[in-house]
Amino acid sequence: MTTLSDPPKGGFRLSTLINDTRYRSYTFQFIVLIALISAFAYLGSNLIANLKAAGLNISYNFLGEPAGYDINQRLIEYTSQSTHLRAAVVGMLNTLLVAVVACFLATIIGVVVGVLRLSNNWIVNKLMGVYVEIFRNVPVLIWILIIMAVFVAVLPQPREFRGDDATASMFLDLFAFTGRGFYFPRPTFTAEWAAGSTGYLIIIGLLIASFFGARALSKNATATQERTGDRPTTWYYTLAIWLVPVLVACVIMGLSWEIPALKGFNFKGGIYARNSYIALTFALSIYTAAFIAENVRAGILAISTGQTEAAASLGLRPSRTMNLVILPQALRVIIPPLISQYLNITKNSSLAIAVGYMDVTGTLGGITLNQTGRAIETVLLLMAFYLIISLSISAVMNVYNNSVKLKER
Amino acid sequence: MSDTNTTPVAFVRDALLQEQTPPVTAAGPVTWIKKNLFDGWFNTILTLLAIYFIYMIVSGAFPWFYNGVWTTNSLAECREILQGKTGGCFSVLTERWPQLLFGFKYPSEEYWRPTIAFFLLFFAAAPVLFNKLPRKMLIITAIFPFLAFWLIWGGSLLVPVMVAVGLIIGYVVLTKLEYQSFAMGLIGGIVATLVVWGLMGYITDPLSGVLALEQVPSRDMGGFMLNFILGVVCVSLSLPLGILLALGRQSDMLIIKWICVVFIEFIRGVPLITLLFVANVVLGYFLPPGSNFDLILRVIIMITMFSAAYIAEVVRGGLAALPKGQAEAAGSLGLDYAQSMRLIILPQALKISIPGIVNVAVGLFKDTVLVSVISMFDLVGMIRGPILASTEWNGVYWELWLAAVLFFFPICYGISQYSQWLERQLATGHR
Repeated sequence: MTTLSDPPKGGFRLSTLINDTRYRSYTFQFIVLIALISAFAYLGSNLIANLKAAGLNISYNFLGEPAGYDINQRLIEYTSQSTHLRAAVVGMLNTLLVAVVACFLATIIGVVVGVLRLSNNWIVNKLMGVYVEIFRNVPVLIWILIIMAVFVAVLPQPREFRGDDATASMFLDLFAFTGRGFYFPRPTFTAEWAAGSTGYLIIIGLLIASFFGARALSKNATATQERTGDRPTTWYYTLAIWLVPVLVACVIMGLSWEIPALKGFNFKGGIYARNSYIALTFALSIYTAAFIAENVRAGILAISTGQTEAAASLGLRPSRTMNLVILPQALRVIIPPLISQYLNITKNSSLAIAVGYMDVTGTLGGITLNQTGRAIETVLLLMAFYLIISLSISAVMNVYNNSVKLKER
Repeated sequence: MSDTNTTPVAFVRDALLQEQTPPVTAAGPVTWIKKNLFDGWFNTILTLLAIYFIYMIVSGAFPWFYNGVWTTNSLAECREILQGKTGGCFSVLTERWPQLLFGFKYPSEEYWRPTIAFFLLFFAAAPVLFNKLPRKMLIITAIFPFLAFWLIWGGSLLVPVMVAVGLIIGYVVLTKLEYQSFAMGLIGGIVATLVVWGLMGYITDPLSGVLALEQVPSRDMGGFMLNFILGVVCVSLSLPLGILLALGRQSDMLIIKWICVVFIEFIRGVPLITLLFVANVVLGYFLPPGSNFDLILRVIIMITMFSAAYIAEVVRGGLAALPKGQAEAAGSLGLDYAQSMRLIILPQALKISIPGIVNVAVGLFKDTVLVSVISMFDLVGMIRGPILASTEWNGVYWELWLAAVLFFFPICYGISQYSQWLERQLATGHR
């Protein structure tokens, strides 16, 4: 049977490929594919010709060679005899250190500022508005450099802590805030079997266990509430679950604090965070906090007042209204842009190179690139690193978005 | 109600009461202060903290501005005048002002050229930004890129004029062939443009002295001018590219869709700095051997790709917000893909996404300072490099960074206020 919409059965003509909707998309895709392949082939042939002319080749062997440069801030063991690969790993850990701490700080500052911006207090409201606008509208690189200059200029130098007429003193005799960086006490374990990093790992393991313990407890409490209608008071159990194991472990392993002390021209001992790290983290935090504040404000404003009124008419107390009605809805609006701000922090942490903090852009994309001259390989590795982080954060975000999506019929 | 009429009423008021001013306890500045600043102990603490904070800033900054020195030639002279008092050495700004604006290599007798281009930009941007202005002003917008190129880079006026002529001829060919099919018109237009450009080369080469300004190579650009050039050029180039990418991502054709998805996600996943590294050290390997691309051109390519990916995501949001019925209605009217996109879909989708695009533009303009990391002398590069490294001004941080903040803040704040204004305008248009 033939219908009117059946195409005429004619011989194949070249114009069918472009005029017939059944074939047109294939034609276009074929053309694009050919164009893409030839573009890549062209670029590849240029690459080969250029590499040949420069006497280079693509090889990742340099990663196994000794790096020969020092990294002043590191989380794992590293000497100038270590390999380029290890230097890159040190840099990656430094990037993650900045990113994680800055995300944490930015969230706290951003939420506080966002809530204060909605406050009825006129002067606080306006002050927060000024903060948000000033930080949002000036490049983050300028803020990083300004805050670095502030730290170096305002905080005292180690030599000012010296002598009887010292102009600066340590905070509580435990912390030293100097223009070269911050010094914190470092926990160490005296028990022989817990020395080195074993003790830290044990503490971290206990904290993870406590987390699951506390969660099980809260689940149990919810189950009891659903069965009987009364929620048992659990906060002291939760506190005990968090504190007791860690405290016991600390006593057994013999916790002691290594306190920074002035020796020679500088402080020795304790945890040392360089000024570049502090300035970078702080600058990224307050810059991003301005954006997060706007997201938080928008999220809270997005919940209509009818929700609050409905909750009140059901007899919910204000704190429960906040916890059970407003926040769950506001978080749905706030969290996706919040996570993309975390992504921005991670990407902006590459500006560390401007203040001399050795993150992965400073080690792999900076000194390693300059020393080995392997531009293509190092930049590719660098991009792959950031890409992996970004894609995994996006994946987490997608999972979250799907889990909180309004379940519509 | 009916029984009020049956029962006798002693008194019914038939005139309105005189309006009275509210009692002092309910209005007036004192009440306002009480209600807005000292409402409860928590609010009071916040207010006092805020006032203390403002006092600290003002008391610190005021003497610095008040004692500021504006007319010395070096930091040492400035410190001599101040004699230990708190005060800013703003003379670094007055002395290095041209360098902050134009970089340290742009010939000083040609400063008028970028300045004119800068002011022309306002006339060129105005009709795009404000719908109410006469549409004829768009002619300025169309002429502006060619004029600005001639003013800033110099050379013969014939070159940009010929480029413009090529584009016009291409456009004419496009409109002539369009009734057959849009793709055909596009191909014809591009071919015509390329042919015209090829022929024009024979005219401009011998006449390179006609209406010529002194040529300034692009590596001599610097200062805030460089930030501005990068911002304006990259935003305007990335807009069409971003729209194409967004359309590609929405497409049914799998290969095209995946090319766009991979490109967008890749670019959005890496920091701009790594792309600038690519422009600086890697891109050269992929260009034909012997070719010598300008660094500024390579940077423009990479930043354009960067912002195109972000604009594509914004435009995709706009496309997704349109009801599917719009495309179906266009199809039922017999419009083909190109027509329905140009006449129905894109005008509406772009209208929705303008605020987002403006935000991307602000972000991009801010990001142009990153070129200082690959040792280009933009505003930040000028401050960190030639100015702070000079013997006269080594150590003047605050004044210079304040100037940098003041360069960026008004522009970015202005654009974001414009975007909010536009959002309100568009919101009313939707009923």
